[in-house]
Amino acid sequence: MASEGAAARGLGRGFPADRAALVIYLMAGYPDRATSLAALHAAARGGADVIELGVPYGNPLADGPTIAEAATVAREGGFGLGESIALAAEFLAEAGPDAPPVALMTYLNPLMRMGPARAAAAMREAGVAGVIVPDMPPEAARPWLAASGGIDTVFLAAPTSTPERLATVGSASAGFVYCVSTTGVTGERTGLSAELGGLVESVRAHTTLPVAVGFGVSGPEQAAAVAGIADGVVVGSAVVRRQDDPFAVEAFVELLAGAVRSARS
Amino acid sequence: MSDVFLPSAEMAYSSPDAQGFFGPYGGTFVPETVIPALTELDAAFREALDDPDFTGEFGSLLQDYVGRPTPLYRADRLAETVGLGRIYLKREDLNHTGAHKINNTLGQCLLARRMGKKRVIAETGAGQHGVATATAAALMGLECAVFMGTEDIRRQSLNVYKMRLLGAEVVPVAEGSGTLADAVTGALRHWVERVGDTFYVLGSAVGPHPYPVMVREFQKVIGEETLVQLQGRAERVPDAVIACVGGGSNAIGMFYPFLRDLPAGKRPLLVGAEAAGLGVETDRHGAALTKGLPGVLHGFYSYLLQDEAGNPLEAYSISAGLDYPGVGPEHSYLKDEGLVRYEAVTDAEALAAFAMLTETEGIIPAIESSHALALLPRLAPELGADGVVVVNVSGRGDKDMDIVREAGLGGE
Repeated sequence: MASEGAAARGLGRGFPADRAALVIYLMAGYPDRATSLAALHAAARGGADVIELGVPYGNPLADGPTIAEAATVAREGGFGLGESIALAAEFLAEAGPDAPPVALMTYLNPLMRMGPARAAAAMREAGVAGVIVPDMPPEAARPWLAASGGIDTVFLAAPTSTPERLATVGSASAGFVYCVSTTGVTGERTGLSAELGGLVESVRAHTTLPVAVGFGVSGPEQAAAVAGIADGVVVGSAVVRRQDDPFAVEAFVELLAGAVRSARS
Repeated sequence: MSDVFLPSAEMAYSSPDAQGFFGPYGGTFVPETVIPALTELDAAFREALDDPDFTGEFGSLLQDYVGRPTPLYRADRLAETVGLGRIYLKREDLNHTGAHKINNTLGQCLLARRMGKKRVIAETGAGQHGVATATAAALMGLECAVFMGTEDIRRQSLNVYKMRLLGAEVVPVAEGSGTLADAVTGALRHWVERVGDTFYVLGSAVGPHPYPVMVREFQKVIGEETLVQLQGRAERVPDAVIACVGGGSNAIGMFYPFLRDLPAGKRPLLVGAEAAGLGVETDRHGAALTKGLPGVLHGFYSYLLQDEAGNPLEAYSISAGLDYPGVGPEHSYLKDEGLVRYEAVTDAEALAAFAMLTETEGIIPAIESSHALALLPRLAPELGADGVVVVNVSGRGDKDMDIVREAGLGGE
């Protein structure tokens, strides 16, 4: 993998030209290492286009109870950023060249504690395509960006972002732009905001990258609805809730993939 | 009046920068959702400071509602007991609601009202900031919700009851150790959800920019009054000024005017007392400056108690106001620059100081403030029998009766 070029390893290749991408979030090390590895393979088989691998952290400010509790279990099993990168490496090596690209979703402090240079080197070595750091806005990203050559850094756009902020986020991002569907933390919600379409359009106006929508997508119907609006659909808590059973993950991802593929983009 | 009290332009202390950095510390490390709200808050804060209507109303409230200026009391029996020349106690415990916290909550709630927000939230540890926020909210007719760890709700039931009486909703946070850090997380999460109509009244000199500088601005009255009061007594610049440090709002409120107004060679020794809990050699303490490493928590970069993987550690202290794994970013800067000395004080030392002040002066201090008082006997040999020291008594001890009784003070 280390011999492949950055473009081949980038997150962008997970976004098909003709439809929305399905981005599946899993928590590294939850409920244990072996099961989370099996869940990664299950998500890939089920039709995930991009995998977002959550790094367990002790103060997950942007996450709701499902992901926060999974993180606690994973941390009790000894999982942190280093273990998560190693897990990604093992998955990518086993899954081969057709594996969906993997983005690590980590909070900033584990990245700083390991050191940007050391973390970036380990990620490159593992074949990790990108990172999403919810508490690292573009203005605070310089130390990481200076070290992270070859790794896409995805920044987040929110419903509260001003046009100036969207321009900053859009131009700083690589791979895709992560559009947060609603104010609040991650977690399943029953409905989608009526303003989502407008929000996605505003984000699109400030970037040439694909725009993926996450936070609150709980099932196939919502996934299809989002796929009709955006370039990618992120499903997290609803997958993590099933993560202790890789078969259930595969079946659920298949449902989501079918829904996303049936939607007009 | 002594010349050395006069401000000295060339020695100006100018932190933070426009992005909220004190040297490398501080900044804004939060989810995008709240960034626009912080930008708006920063602009509104700066505008308010330039508006005489705002500063005038704030000043009137501090005087007529809080009861400022608080006395600077010369505690002679205490000085004799610890072997110092003169000890002055800055009596923040005499403020309305019993601690320095009210200075900041009135400032922030005035700002919330000015920004058109109808609802405020706050975190609280000991409950002092929660009560102070609920009080300011009641005064200004704002809806109020206070996030509080479940362990602190147990330790500080009286303050919980007070907040409810004042019309605030107390939202329990069961996560983690159920203490101050978890309450901050709970409040920040909620703010991300309700950022449109809600103002977050942060209680200490922590959090993303502009909170550390805003809290300092609303607390600097402590040190400003102290400087004036010392001059009014024809006292010299003290040898030392001591305050306790959890997040560090009472300490920065006391220290900042000394840093700003006095030239480097003429400043007193500024000393911050952080919580050593059962001892800094154990894993049961809250001494971020003594034992932590720089890192990010709750939106800012500062010394932080953290594990190898970068997770924040649970802090511990007998005092619910000091058991925070981080510390205000300005204190990290002041430590690195050698402008303030930080020392760690154990539970036992704080309890002994609590008893000492109570018995020698008839003043029952908060267990937080007792950490600052505990440095008096420690510093006395260094400062000598003529030494002049100011201690900020940041709050009163009524809320701590159960804790000191459990600890065996008073022979019970």
